[in-house]
Amino acid sequence: MKSEAIVVNTTQIEARSVGKKYGKFHALRDISLEIAEGEFLSLLGPSGSGKTTFLTLLGGYEDTTSGHLFLEGQDMTGWTANQRGFGMVFQGYALFPHLTVAENIAFPLKVQKRSKAQIAERVAQMVEMVGLAGHENKKPKALSGGQQQRVALARALAYEPKVLLLDEPFSALDKNLRGQMQEELRRLHRELGTTFVFVTHDQEEALALSSRIAIFNHGELQQVGTPDEVYERPANRFTAEFLGDINILTLDGPAGIAGTPIQLPGNASGLGHLAVRPEHMRLAAEGDANQLPVRLRDKVYLGSKSRLLLETRGGEELMLYLDNGAGLVAPQTGAEIRVAWDVQDSFAV
Amino acid sequence: MRAYLFLICPVLLFLGGSYLLPFLGIMQLSFTDPEPGLGQYSHVLTDPLTLSVIWRTLRICVIVTAVSVAAAYVITLLWVRGRPLVRSLTELCIMIPFWISVLSRAFGWMSMLSNRGLLNSWLKDLGLIETSLQMTRNEFAVIIGMSHYLIPFAVFPLATAMRNVDERVLTAADGMGASRLRIFWQVFLPMTASGVIGATLLVFVFSVGFFVTPALLGGGQSVLIAELIYLWIFQIPQWGMAAAMSVILMLAVGGILVLLMRRYGEMAK
Repeated sequence: MKSEAIVVNTTQIEARSVGKKYGKFHALRDISLEIAEGEFLSLLGPSGSGKTTFLTLLGGYEDTTSGHLFLEGQDMTGWTANQRGFGMVFQGYALFPHLTVAENIAFPLKVQKRSKAQIAERVAQMVEMVGLAGHENKKPKALSGGQQQRVALARALAYEPKVLLLDEPFSALDKNLRGQMQEELRRLHRELGTTFVFVTHDQEEALALSSRIAIFNHGELQQVGTPDEVYERPANRFTAEFLGDINILTLDGPAGIAGTPIQLPGNASGLGHLAVRPEHMRLAAEGDANQLPVRLRDKVYLGSKSRLLLETRGGEELMLYLDNGAGLVAPQTGAEIRVAWDVQDSFAV
Repeated sequence: MRAYLFLICPVLLFLGGSYLLPFLGIMQLSFTDPEPGLGQYSHVLTDPLTLSVIWRTLRICVIVTAVSVAAAYVITLLWVRGRPLVRSLTELCIMIPFWISVLSRAFGWMSMLSNRGLLNSWLKDLGLIETSLQMTRNEFAVIIGMSHYLIPFAVFPLATAMRNVDERVLTAADGMGASRLRIFWQVFLPMTASGVIGATLLVFVFSVGFFVTPALLGGGQSVLIAELIYLWIFQIPQWGMAAAMSVILMLAVGGILVLLMRRYGEMAK
């Protein structure tokens, strides 16, 4: 068992320019990625981005068409799923419908020919760990979605794999249950110290759970980093737009937006757009350096805050959040106002 | 809703006229011919010859059902999970028998299996046997002929069950290191058990009432219930006995159906 601090220095799995082709279709191109022992890595991307393909390649459920995969320095490219010995939680859980909860969890242990006493002990332990005590003799059909999810987790973790792969495990659950299972998964990860590789298309889920996020699009790896790295310093426009909300403004000329001169961030050379997160934008006050005149198109009251929809003189839309507790009075719809941001919070894309 | 109920009337009339009325007639016959009472039933259930026919029918039907369902399982596996070429070839082999009448198929087997048939002459040509093997006019021929007829019927419930198997479950078992043998016996077969039961039901019920195939291939040497009923109607007219036998056969099939369906219902839970 490891302490809470996540060790991110030992590389456990390495992908070296891994590619996968189905006929002429490139599902994955040239993916190079290191996965550290004990980390919680999310593979994030829209559907068809190649994230699930990468997971199945990692698990050994499909063969790579190019590149190599290493496990603790050994080339595991040609190994079968069983030789790799990773745990896997499939989308839709893939439980054995004819077996009870206990029998499902015991299945991989029986395959490993462990003794009956050992199996019984381990199954009881796993049932306890995922909070399914009392449900041991039920068939999967008699369980709720969240409970089936727990069985799938218990089954995948029963033989203490070094790495647990999860393919969109929460996609079938409703929102409340999702939150609960996410907590549960964090707890398991903390307690076990197993490396988790988690596929999701839900950016909030990825940001909340992961120690690092790998963002995929069109079969290519866009960026890898900690949640705040990928959110605060997106490597490209796709990442910037995919994660959270963002205001994208077209730069005209060397240093201006719709005729208004502004300060440019350091990476601006050669790029045509400026990106600022809504939470970094505010209504301009006296003395703000970076001001942009806009018109208030609409405001939406959200309780603790209001969302303001704005339009630049060039016709581009942006938005910002106004904290309703700060005592600021939102301007009237249609009003000409000015917004401001700090140059270090903006980046060019 | 009610206004449309009359549309179903033709079907009800047809079923009533062609099934229910004759059946009631048979019921009546079974209790009245040649004399009123339960005499026909007690005769059918005590006469050693009749009992031996019932016993033989049961035995052959159980064997035929087992052979057909087992063979159909393999064929369906090829059809549902084989490579594309294997699939289309298997499909052809499943469909073709449907287009050939039961009579032609029985004659086909006779020319194949008879003493001077194809199989015997090949075996002789190859020098494997001296004298012809007796392969017709016995239970062996009946079992072959009936199974051949019934296999395609067993294929469809099995195919439905196999198509419903979630591929990921098999992948999961494979990923956990289960051997192909273990995956088949402990995962795939149990997951398709509903299809096996459905196929068993269908084949058994069909086989109990078989007439043409056993009559031709059995050559009078292995009489089954349906042939016995035929004899009692057309050869040695004892219609009351034939009727009683029919009622017993129907009740037996019905009873087996109910039992298996109940088991089926439990499995589906």
